[in-house]
Amino acid sequence: MSTLYEEVPPSFAEDVPVRRVELTVNGERRAADVEPRLLLAHLLRNGFRLTGTHTGCDTTNCGACTVLYDGVPVKSCTMFAVQADGHEVLTVEGLATASELHPIQEGFKDEHGLQCGFCTPGMMLAAKALLEENPNPSEDEIRWALSGNLCRCTGYQNIVKAVMWAADKLGANAESDGADDAGDASSAEGAASNAGGEG
Amino acid sequence: MYPSRFRYEAPSTVAEAVAMLAAVDGEAKILAGGQSLIPMMKLRFAAPAMIVDINGIGGLDYHRADPDGTYRIGALCRHADLEKSATLADAQPTIAAAAPVVADPLVRTRGTLVGSVCHADPQGDWASVMVSLEGAIVAQGPNGHRSIQVADLIDGPFQTVLAPDEIAVEAVVPAARGVRAGGYLKLERRVGDFATVGVAVSVEMSGGSVARAGIGLTGVGPATINASDAAAALVGTVLDADAVDAAAQLAAEAAQPRSDHRGSADYKRHVVATFVRRIGAQIQRSEQEAA
Repeated sequence: MSTLYEEVPPSFAEDVPVRRVELTVNGERRAADVEPRLLLAHLLRNGFRLTGTHTGCDTTNCGACTVLYDGVPVKSCTMFAVQADGHEVLTVEGLATASELHPIQEGFKDEHGLQCGFCTPGMMLAAKALLEENPNPSEDEIRWALSGNLCRCTGYQNIVKAVMWAADKLGANAESDGADDAGDASSAEGAASNAGGEG
Repeated sequence: MYPSRFRYEAPSTVAEAVAMLAAVDGEAKILAGGQSLIPMMKLRFAAPAMIVDINGIGGLDYHRADPDGTYRIGALCRHADLEKSATLADAQPTIAAAAPVVADPLVRTRGTLVGSVCHADPQGDWASVMVSLEGAIVAQGPNGHRSIQVADLIDGPFQTVLAPDEIAVEAVVPAARGVRAGGYLKLERRVGDFATVGVAVSVEMSGGSVARAGIGLTGVGPATINASDAAAALVGTVLDADAVDAAAQLAAEAAQPRSDHRGSADYKRHVVATFVRRIGAQIQRSEQEAA
């Protein structure tokens, strides 16, 4: 049933409830006609072809499908696509820019924070939400924040290191932006909250 | 996996939602956090004809104390809101202790206390907490509001006395007769697993002794257990070690655990008693620190 979210045959048109959803995905406005039972994870993967969001357990256990929903980490296999109408979704595809990786991605690369890579998108988005709320987390705080994301390669040690690496990098970026006085409003804000966190 | 087909409605007021429920006579389910409902629909354990999504209804995400001390938690207050609350720990120590151990951090960003209580899973954490606090659920239906004690709300596994056209709009904890203390301890094999055992103990201290006590047990019976005899053993005492020990033994007797892959019945009973003792000791320590 990979066509669930696509055009519905006319003979069923009377019976199948379809709703138009309009949402922002990775900063881009998207719209789709969906059946209410379509899960957000499936809209992203099969509808928008953003296959970086993985579906692992499909039973709300593993966190591989984690995306940010209005900035808050959620399991996209445990939300209906219709619930995203009017909301903002960030997937792993929205982390890097055309020219560079996000510091969290760099951290996972540098610290070998992945083996098979299946859990990695979810891990990185949960980590992003953590670092936005707490720019200088302790090891315990990182483990706590990622406790809803399972890694079957048992790579937790390096995943935690990767997040710490990213926290340092983001902190350093924020400081140098502040020092150069060249950053935009949002990075200046980041610098201020980072200084507050260290104080 | 995806659920059976359903009609989706997203009302903007509670009254509208009640009218929708009444129109389909028992074939609708309310969607709040959806962290239990959606998995059950995906597994086809639940196949409602209509989903009434209340997430668009404003003004239900609060948790606050009335001037008289009555505590109210709205139907869209998420577990994470309680976990991160700056005011909750002083006002409601048992709720504050439970919030960080419900499910996992991702489920906590969506799931709600009111929804969890109404889901009536014997392994749900919040029903035990609310039972220990003599808490109630306020339901709104076509004829107005009614308040139902959580102990009376749940009439079996995944079953409540809520009518098909009623919506639980808030959870209410009555004002304390004295100073509140309490805790919630949970044994789980890993984060996000169902509780092997969960124990909620809530007391209200007045003049150095216990004016009221409540003990709720999670995961050790066919439904949430109100260990009222165990709680009664604490009332009138100064929460000394003997009194706590008596309550711990009565709580273990009130438990109706079954041996399964999470542990033997004897083991679970032992954990119930141990948790009552640990929470008792925690309360004593914090009383001494405060004195």
